[in-house]
Amino acid sequence: MNGFGLLRRVAPQLLTLAAVLVLVTLFFPSFPSVSFGGDRLVGSPIDVLKRGAPVALLAIGMTLVIATRGIDLSVGAIMAICGAVAAFAVTGGWGLGVAVALALATGLICGLWNGFLVAVLGIQPIVATLILMVAGRGIAQLVTEGKILTFSDAGFAYLGSGAFLGLPVPAWAWILAGILTGLVVRRTALGLLIESVGVNLRASRLAGVNSTVLLLTVYMISGLCAAVAGLIVAGDIKGADANNAGLWLELDAILAVAIGGTSLLGGRFSILASLIGAMIIQSINTGILLAGFPPEFNLVIKAILVLLILTLQSPRLGAVAAGLLSRRRRADEAGAAPRSVQEAGQ
Amino acid sequence: MAENLTLGRQPRRLGLVSRRGMRAMAREMLAGYGLSIDVERDLGSYSVAVQQIVAIARAVHLSGKVLILDEPTASLDAREVALLFDVVRNLRERGLGIVFVSHFLDQVFAISDRITVLRNGRLIATTEAAHLDRVQLINLMLGRELEQATAHGQGGRAAGGEMLRVEGLGRRGKVAPFDMTVRSGEVIGMAGLLGSGRTETAEVLFGATGADSGTVRDEKGRIDLSSPARAISAGFGFAPEDRKTDGIIGDLTLRENIALALQAHRGWARPIPRAEQRRLAEDYVRRLDIRTPGAEKPVGLLSGGNQQKVILARWLAMNPRFLILDEPTRGIDVGAHAEVLRLINEMVASGMSLLVISSELEELVAVSDRVIVVRDRRHVAQLTGHEITTDAIVRAIAAPERDTEAAE
Repeated sequence: MNGFGLLRRVAPQLLTLAAVLVLVTLFFPSFPSVSFGGDRLVGSPIDVLKRGAPVALLAIGMTLVIATRGIDLSVGAIMAICGAVAAFAVTGGWGLGVAVALALATGLICGLWNGFLVAVLGIQPIVATLILMVAGRGIAQLVTEGKILTFSDAGFAYLGSGAFLGLPVPAWAWILAGILTGLVVRRTALGLLIESVGVNLRASRLAGVNSTVLLLTVYMISGLCAAVAGLIVAGDIKGADANNAGLWLELDAILAVAIGGTSLLGGRFSILASLIGAMIIQSINTGILLAGFPPEFNLVIKAILVLLILTLQSPRLGAVAAGLLSRRRRADEAGAAPRSVQEAGQ
Repeated sequence: MAENLTLGRQPRRLGLVSRRGMRAMAREMLAGYGLSIDVERDLGSYSVAVQQIVAIARAVHLSGKVLILDEPTASLDAREVALLFDVVRNLRERGLGIVFVSHFLDQVFAISDRITVLRNGRLIATTEAAHLDRVQLINLMLGRELEQATAHGQGGRAAGGEMLRVEGLGRRGKVAPFDMTVRSGEVIGMAGLLGSGRTETAEVLFGATGADSGTVRDEKGRIDLSSPARAISAGFGFAPEDRKTDGIIGDLTLRENIALALQAHRGWARPIPRAEQRRLAEDYVRRLDIRTPGAEKPVGLLSGGNQQKVILARWLAMNPRFLILDEPTRGIDVGAHAEVLRLINEMVASGMSLLVISSELEELVAVSDRVIVVRDRRHVAQLTGHEITTDAIVRAIAAPERDTEAAE
């Protein structure tokens, strides 16, 4: 896709994000202000970039999984497992490097498990990943022995709350992961093959696409993204909470992909659009908090906004709008053109 | 079955669907169609012909004045078509107006009173069927004189040496073990009724269905056919019967569809540059005369004939040595039909070997050097040279011991 095509693809998401930001600013006028505080930028937009990191990271992997006509419900649980594994490793004195490597490897193994169930055993993705979604928190609890495993490793904490070149480390994490994944899928043929499998698995296989390896790959990427998200969340609170880390975030990630316009039926996907979707969700979350509504309203307001966004983006509505536009155009032309031609055109 | 027939209009009792009423209603709707079937069974467990008739029964019940049938016979075999036509004639006697949309010219003549020809979204002609013969009709459809595409065209073709030797290849429940040799630069036709094991043969040969017995060898030794990807590496290609579900990737562009097999073969890490893909696509759009506004058009939006050409282009780009075409001309218009046959001859002239599976016997006669006849999941006969006539193929399909049944 060239620059113009890409812009046209993400235009609805960018417009939505702009609208949400304007809306939040109306309720909380100082929302857009950013200042430089010591070693880093501070302000609500920076906060959105940081707080949105887990969902954005999950959305990267989720986009690829959904593009193959799958879904990965287990990413929240994988976050908890990987956070627990990393916390276990640093509290055990194995050092940060080992802890991070172990966590990432755990994420890959979790992804491999999901991919095995889906690609080799042929279990439907929603059921296959449900298994790890439920069992994953149990595994995480076994690792943490049922308590919140806290640590004081400064390096680990830096992953969750540090700053690099003025931006929070979590923001760097999702931005870099997004760019890296985007380059990998679009500069290689991976993106084309993923889309092809998502649109028509059988035909792709008959054209020689190795769908098994491809499905394993996307679930492993999803697991890896979840592992990074798990590290960030654990680093941020300096502890691994097996029960609450990443809780329900898989649903926000799916929502981000949906807002990003990637069909849950698989096929064409855009990682950039999903990332913007994740930022839209986080802007709503942060905005509701800042606007000072009583917290019990938060979920309802969020739901209403999401409903609004998805309604505006729905294909049906688009078709109706296009129909209205063309009818008006046709009515305009009717003055100039003979009527019989109009009817023949229909 | 009953649910399909009464969907949306289920008889109710006390506000709940009455299953007994539903069954009675379904039986009543099916009365007069000459079917003796159990309305309790799943519709999917019946043949496509029965499913078509059920769809007709439902449509007739809904309005009962005008019935529009859009390619109702596309996936039926000859006997099922006859069954369907009996039903249609019956409905005509009852006073229904019937619009029968089809590309099967024989069937159009068999059933129609009047024929309307459409081309490129325009009305070309409407005439009494009795006043029109086949050649005139085709001329109206094409708007030009049809070159005799079905003439026996391979007289001087000289097949090369043996390229592949298939021994005892088979799969239980799909196709009985068969032997077969493939010489380079020859067309092997495959005839048989629907469900006789033609497609199963193709799928076993291409690794889409794993074989549980037998081997395929070439001059270098045994070939691994455990998956389509392996078969492709061995220089095989397969254009499947059901284009929509097995062939095209509908949402992807023409360019991507053509490049797909080549890309899959090169692996994901070695992408074909976009400019190269575009050149490839434009090249084949020109060579195969694919009618499309451009290479970036989603393939799902093209017509059947053009989709078929896209799949042929996908395999031609791979330059396979052995290409299997399963019903390459099914569901495509007469013009595209002739072009596909021309392409088959071109491919063979360049040294490729083809296995062409088709229900259109004239087509097999026109292109094949040899014809293999399949019956009841077995390869039962092979015809070569002058033995290849439609009569001979029909005789081979209708086996002696089954003459009485076939006569029905």
